Amino acid sequence: MDAILLQILNGLDKGSAYALIALGLTLIFGTLGVVNFAHGALFMLGAFCAVTLNNILSLSRTVVDETQTDFLGNPLKVEVPYIHDWFGPEIGASIIEWSVPLAIIFSIPIMIAVGFIMERGLIKHFYKRPHADQILVTFGLAIVLQEIIKYFYGANPIPTPAPSAFTGSFDFGTMLGFDPGTIIYPYWRLVYFFFAMIIIAGVFAFLQFTTFGMVVRAGMADRETVGLLGINIDKRFTIMFAIAACVAGLAGVMYTPINSPNYHMGMDFLVLSFVVVVVGGMGSLPGAVLAGFLLGILESFASMRQVVDLLPGINQIIIYLVAIIILLTRPRGLMGRKGVMED
Amino acid sequence: MLGLEKKDTRLFLIVIGLTMLAPFLLNPFPEGSEMAQFNAGYPDLMQRFVIFGIFAIGFNILFGLTGYLSFGHAAFLGVGSYAAMWMFKLFGMNVVPALLLSVVLSGLFAVMIGYVSLRRSGIYFSILTLAFAMMSYALAYSVLATDMDGPDKQGLMQKGLTGGETGLQLSVQDPRILGAKAGADGNTPVPNFFGVEMRSATDLNVGDWVFTFSAGYYFSAFVMLIAFYISIRIFRSPFGMMLRAIKSNQQRLNYTGLNPKPYMLAAFVVSGMYAGLAGGLMVAMDPLAGPERMFWTASGEVVLMTILGGVGTLIGPVLGAGLIKYMENILSKINSEILHQWFAWMPDGLEDLVVTLIYPFIGKGWHLTLGLMFMAVVIFLPGGLVEGGQRIMASLRGRKDKNKKSDPDADVKPAE
Repeated sequence: MDAILLQILNGLDKGSAYALIALGLTLIFGTLGVVNFAHGALFMLGAFCAVTLNNILSLSRTVVDETQTDFLGNPLKVEVPYIHDWFGPEIGASIIEWSVPLAIIFSIPIMIAVGFIMERGLIKHFYKRPHADQILVTFGLAIVLQEIIKYFYGANPIPTPAPSAFTGSFDFGTMLGFDPGTIIYPYWRLVYFFFAMIIIAGVFAFLQFTTFGMVVRAGMADRETVGLLGINIDKRFTIMFAIAACVAGLAGVMYTPINSPNYHMGMDFLVLSFVVVVVGGMGSLPGAVLAGFLLGILESFASMRQVVDLLPGINQIIIYLVAIIILLTRPRGLMGRKGVMED
Repeated sequence: MLGLEKKDTRLFLIVIGLTMLAPFLLNPFPEGSEMAQFNAGYPDLMQRFVIFGIFAIGFNILFGLTGYLSFGHAAFLGVGSYAAMWMFKLFGMNVVPALLLSVVLSGLFAVMIGYVSLRRSGIYFSILTLAFAMMSYALAYSVLATDMDGPDKQGLMQKGLTGGETGLQLSVQDPRILGAKAGADGNTPVPNFFGVEMRSATDLNVGDWVFTFSAGYYFSAFVMLIAFYISIRIFRSPFGMMLRAIKSNQQRLNYTGLNPKPYMLAAFVVSGMYAGLAGGLMVAMDPLAGPERMFWTASGEVVLMTILGGVGTLIGPVLGAGLIKYMENILSKINSEILHQWFAWMPDGLEDLVVTLIYPFIGKGWHLTLGLMFMAVVIFLPGGLVEGGQRIMASLRGRKDKNKKSDPDADVKPAE
């Protein structure tokens, strides 16, 4: 029982990342009808927003500290971040420490701008082209984006720690009456899960309860009619693209403490997120979220010791295996609608 | 000639000429000169040109003719590599049986994957092929490499069927039934074509120029010419016509009472066999096989090659493969010192500025150039380099023969 619970919990953080990326992919696909292969790159850009903010906050000047000396008795040179000068050393240090959560605020305008430029500058011209062309051009864009990041940040992963308040893990088992030490779960993963839930709920609420969301949903159902009613649906879809980019970016920002960002993390996640979208059903938002969590949890179950002993290698292939089975038995995915990408 | 139309014969003869004279053509700069680093006429790179050419030609038979975008074609490349490697290990070092086995095995593998994947189309087909390829990669990486750590009873050094992360290598302990266990010098033997070692090469010195003729290159080039000839025949055959019909309107084909599935499966299998052949040749040139050949980036690479060169054209994929491999090997070698040398004639400030501007696009950043080029091709030149060439030719000729386009069936738009 406790082992099962542990695996479910372990699957939640990866599942959250899958769900967030798949949600953005589905939003773009549902509104613009574009298959965005560069979505993983947006996830990566988000993660590097966090890295950049951390770098900016830690910009420092070098001062000679007379109180500290090295072994020869010379005064040491100490790097003092500018932020310490402005806010005092204590607040300054905690600002740097909280750079990842702060990066949420930092990344939102950046990701919205990136999404806006991408849609207006490139994707707009590909509405009427075949899906294969859309896949190819966004694939090219993904390569370009990740090479730019590689040029500026290098090829190595950059560790970006979470605030120390969240670094430990807590004993989840004792809360539920299991033996202590059976279910230990890092705090940050729990934070990530709740963060993902808030974002997902926010996106759904936005679509469900605002006039803007209503128009967007109408546009998803029948773009032409909404256009005929005198609504500038293109503008709204562009905004939805920016929001989807923002969701992917935020997923990346918060993922940095779990996995140190490197330039190809986007592609690694993208391949799996596409599988998630297809399993969930192309164009279905709840399907994408459901499939994201489902596959995340399945993946963590498959990497259990007992399962791997029974079926070696299953942890490597489980997601693809599930995708193949689902695609062949339920061609529209778990919750796919009729008539989406059926040609 | 050989049952080809006049135009195709001309193209085929040009390709024969280019591949046979490649050691001269790709070495235009004398040895030791500053430009010598742009020479691509060394055997290793020329072999890669033709091998990836075969891979891309095969991919083009599927994607160019039927429009089905497979994102998992590298799986067949990997299967072909492993098959050829096992043939070398168990049977003998002759490349012919090894290539035969890689073609047959990858063909069988393609039948299995194709039968399942072709039940869906569009993005679903892409995802299915991707999923199968990634599964093959994961299996080759882990499960098929779990049984042993040291040499086993037969003296095979690798782990399991695929050798996992390290991959398969030749060893002097391999039980080669029809052949020496070790070469004359006691090292691992070298793949040969009825006695002609793939590694052997002769140098020809003409003045400052050095031209290398490698047996391996000419063998691969010969295989590529056969592959190219078969692909021309497929393009011009009723079967190729059928595949084009599938691309333009599958529904209509169904209504005429034809079942497109067997045709598509045949195209998929042929294209998988090409990939297997390329994989086998890679091993024949350099006896190593690893799981990374099946990773999705390898599948992505062949997509890039085909699109860059020109989808659905005969020569395009070969051009694309050559261009990407050239960039990978030559462009990536340029570093900032060389750039400074080139722009040394400029005033200092300007020189630094130009070098900083160019630097991100060369050396280790060659992928950036590739990505930008690829995007530009998809956006502005959907027909790839071939279309670009045709447009330039057309504008050079002027308006006179505007109605005489070089590819007549490119203009025929089927009724939707």
